[in-house]
Amino acid sequence: MNIQEFISIIEDEFDEVETGSLSPETSFRQMEGWSSMHALILIALVDNHFDVLLTGEELRGLNTIQDLYDLLETKKA
Amino acid sequence: MIKSKISNISYYLPSQVLTNEDLVTLFPEKKGELIFKSFGIKKRHIRKPKQTGSDLSFLAANQLFSEFKEIEKDKIDFLIFCTEGLDYKAPTSASVLHYRLGLNQNCGCIDMPMGCAGYVYGLSLANAMIVSGNANNVLLLVSDIPSSVIHSQDFDLRCIFGDAGAATLIQATEKNGIGKFVFGNDGEGAKNLIVERGSTRAPIDSDWIEIYKEEDEYLAHGKMEMNGLEIARFSLQRVPTLIEETLAKNNLNFDEIDLFVFHQASKFILSALQRKCKIPKEKFYEYYENVGNTVSCTIPIALKHALLEGKLKKGYKVMLLGFGVGYSWGGTIIEWD
Repeated sequence: MNIQEFISIIEDEFDEVETGSLSPETSFRQMEGWSSMHALILIALVDNHFDVLLTGEELRGLNTIQDLYDLLETKKA
Repeated sequence: MIKSKISNISYYLPSQVLTNEDLVTLFPEKKGELIFKSFGIKKRHIRKPKQTGSDLSFLAANQLFSEFKEIEKDKIDFLIFCTEGLDYKAPTSASVLHYRLGLNQNCGCIDMPMGCAGYVYGLSLANAMIVSGNANNVLLLVSDIPSSVIHSQDFDLRCIFGDAGAATLIQATEKNGIGKFVFGNDGEGAKNLIVERGSTRAPIDSDWIEIYKEEDEYLAHGKMEMNGLEIARFSLQRVPTLIEETLAKNNLNFDEIDLFVFHQASKFILSALQRKCKIPKEKFYEYYENVGNTVSCTIPIALKHALLEGKLKKGYKVMLLGFGVGYSWGGTIIEWD
């Protein structure tokens, strides 16, 4: 999965986020309507697509979608 | 060889409800439709002041006896009462319930203070009593009153949890009924869902009363703390394995299961699990919209509704999984008769 595909999945999953509004540089905590619930949704989404179960701590240490994608690439490898 | 089966299920919900509209009044910054969208819940039932878990179980048991006139109350020879809100330190609440219900004196009574996995554990004890030949008619009462340990300002917990009681009669049978069980535990997760204060290790003291004096009964039963993210991670990590283990223990394949009835933890956890485990939607039963997460009561309430809706039929193989507070988990497969 490349980062654009990853972004499409996130846009698809979060109802509040419009398609095409996210970029690799987007800080996910700044996404429309971000809440603790969205952290859960993101963890489940990543688990579903990458088979990686992130910890809350790992997620807290990340800022942008690119950071998240990079971490997942390392974890997968 | 003697086996055991679930013969009857009834439940009781307190009449007072907490609706999403009520929550919006209490938390004006929230929106009712968003509450429904996030939690999938419209209302939760809330106990009357001072009502205990055993009161709700008493009412659920009476509902069982009036709904199923064929039940011979005098033949009940074991009573298991499961709750995280016991009446007393001693005696067991089951003893008191036994007396209130007017059961035969030749009946063993035990309490089982367990939560999310409580119903599955209760079934396993009932099954063990029956297949060992030590009892024939086991009454399993489960009830929980999470509202008694939720801080009035804890929005998420007030959205998720509701109070309830449920009664199940488990009887000896020669047919297939309750299958084999898988159990597991990881006490490292205890801190992620806990009601720490109000019992032996950390009793309520005057400082506590001072802090919570504005709360109902100054939160004298303790205060539930939940790390929702960790609980979700635990569920996503553990439940897929539990499914595999439960199938293997019962020599069944995934496709042979007709209905999956899990502890109704939350809309989020259930839909994530359904997707992750690729359970066909029509086989995945969910029931929380009108009751919320009722802790040990979610599975019997869901079974009852599945039955009423015609989604649970005679001969169906049903996987029951309980998981959560502890962490503790358990699974079994029943064949519905």
